[in-house]
Amino acid sequence: MPTQIPHVSYLELGDRPHLVAHECVACGARFFDRRNACANCFGTEFRKAMVATEGVLRAFTIVAFAAPGVPVPFVAGIVDCAGTSVRANVINVDPTPEKVALGMKVRLTTYSLGVDDEGVEAVGFGFEPAP
Amino acid sequence: MASDDIWILGIAMTKFGKHSDKDIVDLGAEAVMAALTDAGISMREIGVLAAGNLMGGGGFGQMLQKQVGQTGIPVYNVTNACATGATALRTAIMAVRAGEVKFGLAVGAEKLAGAGLLGGGGSAKKDGNKWEPKGRFGSVAPTDGRIGTDTMPGTFAQVGMEYGHKYGGVSFELFARISEKNHAHSVLNPMAAYQKRFTLDEIMNDMMISYPNTRPMCSANCDGAAAAVVCSGETLKSLSPEQQRRAIKVTASVLTTDPYQEACQVLPDVNTLTRNAAKIAYEQAGVAPSDLDLVELHDCFATAELVHYDNLMLCPEGSAADFFDSGATWRTGSTPVNVSGGLQSKGHPIAATGIANVWEICHHLRNEAGSRQIVGAKVGLAHVIGLGSACGVHILERSGR
Repeated sequence: MPTQIPHVSYLELGDRPHLVAHECVACGARFFDRRNACANCFGTEFRKAMVATEGVLRAFTIVAFAAPGVPVPFVAGIVDCAGTSVRANVINVDPTPEKVALGMKVRLTTYSLGVDDEGVEAVGFGFEPAP
Repeated sequence: MASDDIWILGIAMTKFGKHSDKDIVDLGAEAVMAALTDAGISMREIGVLAAGNLMGGGGFGQMLQKQVGQTGIPVYNVTNACATGATALRTAIMAVRAGEVKFGLAVGAEKLAGAGLLGGGGSAKKDGNKWEPKGRFGSVAPTDGRIGTDTMPGTFAQVGMEYGHKYGGVSFELFARISEKNHAHSVLNPMAAYQKRFTLDEIMNDMMISYPNTRPMCSANCDGAAAAVVCSGETLKSLSPEQQRRAIKVTASVLTTDPYQEACQVLPDVNTLTRNAAKIAYEQAGVAPSDLDLVELHDCFATAELVHYDNLMLCPEGSAADFFDSGATWRTGSTPVNVSGGLQSKGHPIAATGIANVWEICHHLRNEAGSRQIVGAKVGLAHVIGLGSACGVHILERSGR
């Protein structure tokens, strides 16, 4: 019985949490969700590829108004992880334009989403400022 | 006029805004009947109806026929996100171009007043549940708000910020000044949902929705409809001199989707498909961006307008901020953009937008735009983009008669 479960299947937990992509064997295109065929070259063979855990914040927004139940404000962004674009929140930072900047270096981190009735903890990921 | 040219014979839009006493069929019927009157023909002559509505329950075209004329013609109910109206128009154009019908009718109608935030959501996990992976991402909980944002203001905010990261020169204030321009333009447009000029301070200090987009920098959800009648040059030759004089030539009609790009799975790519559509459209029309007398582009958010200056090649690549700073896109500038007030003030009743922006261009090309007329306008471009994605570009020219 596992004690932890990742928020999404492309997050691998363990000693060094990281993201894994389905990489098209033919062209190298990477996808986080399940694919029937490659959107780029239509190939149907995929392999697992580890995504770099450090990257650069290429775009962000500070969401102040969201759907009911979504805590605001939060920083949503796109991180360029050595050539693989990752969608994530930027966490462990003040959600203000003064503290978040385009081009800032960030690194993957994880946090708890809570524990279910069977004692399993769901673990999510975000990116935090890196030195 | 060449026989295989495509012409807009009649076109109309309802006032955009809150129409609490009308449903989508009322709005669609109003636009259709006005477009037919404008065209000088009746439902009897129409050979095909392309009917756009996104947020209703489906079957809009047939519901509309019951109110404007059940003639037994084929109906194509189309939805294509925010490009729904342009898709309906393009569908009618394709039918005419294929020679299947003499007259095609396209309509888009939407009821969106008070709709609030679009995109985002997903129900929160209830107590007592077990974490269970679901969907293509195998997620055990909603991802919106935890892994980025699904909201439209947030998505398009990132689109603008990404442009800034790539080319520099953008700021909260720059985006707010784009919004200032469109709201200033709207004062001259009686069809706009909002005709209020804002100061830059008012825009920047209004409610923040998703940085850097404040509320006035977001498209206005509202009700409205627009409709157009199209025919071929061959058909137009058989019509009256007055119909020929007011007809507007469609020199390009293009619809694209987003081709694969590395990052498109994490942030919708609204750039490549717009650039592709623009390239094809300029080639079809035989015009250059510098020939455009006015442009109505999809400013669903202030952050989006900036990137489309570049995508539509109104400026050299990477220089959209400088282009805006030069004053080029104000109605007094070299390439007036969104003289209607744009989606931020005219409003964005989704399915109507892609025909209403064509109406705006036609209005100027016919020299019928009153106080907001762009004097001497001969060529204009209308652009819409729907996330998912779909992009429609139409280039229009006055007949010169």
